[in-house]
Amino acid sequence: MITTLVLLVSIAAGCAALVWLSARDGRRYAIATPLLFGALLLWCWEVVCIGFRVPPVLLPAPTGIAHAFATHLPMLGADFRQTVVRAVLPGYAIGCISGYLTAIALDRSAFLRRGALPLAGLLGAMPIVGIAPIMVMWFGFDWPSKAAVAAVMTFFPMFVNTLAGLAATGAMERDLMRSYGASYLQTLLKLRLPAALPFVFNALKLNFTLALIGAIVAEFFGTPIVGMGFRISTEAATLNLDVVWAEIALAAITGSLCFGALVLLERAVLFWHPSFQTFVPLRR
Amino acid sequence: MPDAVRRAAPIVTVLLALGVVWYGAAFALNHSAALAVVGSAAPLPVVVRAAWSLGRPLLPAPHQIVLTLIAGVFGESVTSPRSLVYHAAVTAETAAVGFLLALVLGVALAVAIVQTRVLDRSLMPWVIASQTIPVLAIAPMVVVVLGNIGLTGILPKALIAGWLSFFPITTAMVTGLRAPDRIAVDLLRTYDASRRDVFVKLRWPAAMGFLFAGVKVAATLALVGAIVAELPTGAQAGLGARLLAGSYYGQTLQIWAALAMASLLTLLAVGAAETAQRVLVARRGGRL
Repeated sequence: MITTLVLLVSIAAGCAALVWLSARDGRRYAIATPLLFGALLLWCWEVVCIGFRVPPVLLPAPTGIAHAFATHLPMLGADFRQTVVRAVLPGYAIGCISGYLTAIALDRSAFLRRGALPLAGLLGAMPIVGIAPIMVMWFGFDWPSKAAVAAVMTFFPMFVNTLAGLAATGAMERDLMRSYGASYLQTLLKLRLPAALPFVFNALKLNFTLALIGAIVAEFFGTPIVGMGFRISTEAATLNLDVVWAEIALAAITGSLCFGALVLLERAVLFWHPSFQTFVPLRR
Repeated sequence: MPDAVRRAAPIVTVLLALGVVWYGAAFALNHSAALAVVGSAAPLPVVVRAAWSLGRPLLPAPHQIVLTLIAGVFGESVTSPRSLVYHAAVTAETAAVGFLLALVLGVALAVAIVQTRVLDRSLMPWVIASQTIPVLAIAPMVVVVLGNIGLTGILPKALIAGWLSFFPITTAMVTGLRAPDRIAVDLLRTYDASRRDVFVKLRWPAAMGFLFAGVKVAATLALVGAIVAELPTGAQAGLGARLLAGSYYGQTLQIWAALAMASLLTLLAVGAAETAQRVLVARRGGRL
């Protein structure tokens, strides 16, 4: 009874506050609104779990998850090291760099580009995580097989995006470079690669989540007894859901932090690009 | 005709090059296993042929995968658990249920977000932020928890597939519903059109191109979700179960055939989306 009351009151108050906040313009309000929404969601989750005594094997309360997170820090740290530091980051780096270099190499021949682009697009759309069992067979149970899955998954988006980015310069800009007597390499380094950067950053941002997914799913196919994917599947099987949620929170935080870092890096590197210039409309 | 040739020639060339590399790699990787079969004194052609026809190769040659695929598709009765059609149908069913759920909910949510400012301000940032989260990681938990409260079978798997394909549909639809220019909205307003009219006559039609782009991504993701959802349950049927079983028993050919089948399914799904798009374009007189 009292739970229902608390729930209704907080939902009503939260919605009223959200309506008030969202009616206002400005950066601060644009950030505060989703934050309040998230907080409201967490609060309602907590109230429901505790008030209605939802069994923790079904849905642990947010405080329970936070508690599990705090008490399992060493284990979470070990899983993070195994999955993110050992598997995701090398796989991500290998996949992105090789995709980037392959695109630059293939870009010189229009014939090869026209052949490779549709095929790479097609392969990139395939359920690539499925190669996980093969990689486990080739590279063993430990992190190399996970890094390999992450590398293959990140290769295609980077390849396709870099090719698109290299084609993004206009004929006028290329003609200008030619009138300067610029060589292929000079045009590439001074015009085409910088112009391709927005596309490359798109792929970098998309790829991090892909690499994380690849490594975690590959751990479902066999792993040493450490790693985020391993922990998620084994703890779920024994119904330690608070630990599972803590791992998921860790994965979510890792994903969003890296995404945020890439956005910041993009802003720092691409400050000159039109899409990052504040547009000031002319007034009469 | 020359135009088609000019377009196909580079693709065929790259495919041929890939084939040559693949056969070479298959020989290199299976070399020692082949030597164990035919003996180290055997002449090279015999070793090569053995390397390309092992029962459990490290890397099967392309023709072996195709043959296994054909045997799995046509060689077995459709209801047999050895038939790839059977497993593909299980996975496709899961993916389709999840995808339809995601389509309905995603489009509805997008409409709600575009129509109400509160949702746009509070929910939309979370929809975008959720793209950075490895959603597939929750698959084992969803399956176990729902199994715990008595929900087994297709529903938990379909929920994961749907959850995955939900976000591209929602974001594409929101972008699409916002795509009309200010000037077009203003024009409708000078006609004294209501909000509803603007929505039905301008926003909805304008969103379709974006929706189909999102649908193609979502269809692929639904299949990935369905396949991964089959892993933690130790499911008996489905392409994911096939991958897992192949991985347990070292049946590489079975893994590759299941992968090829999954790729064919993806092609089929994307092709279906493209056909639907083409039908819509045709009905609209050639424009999207």
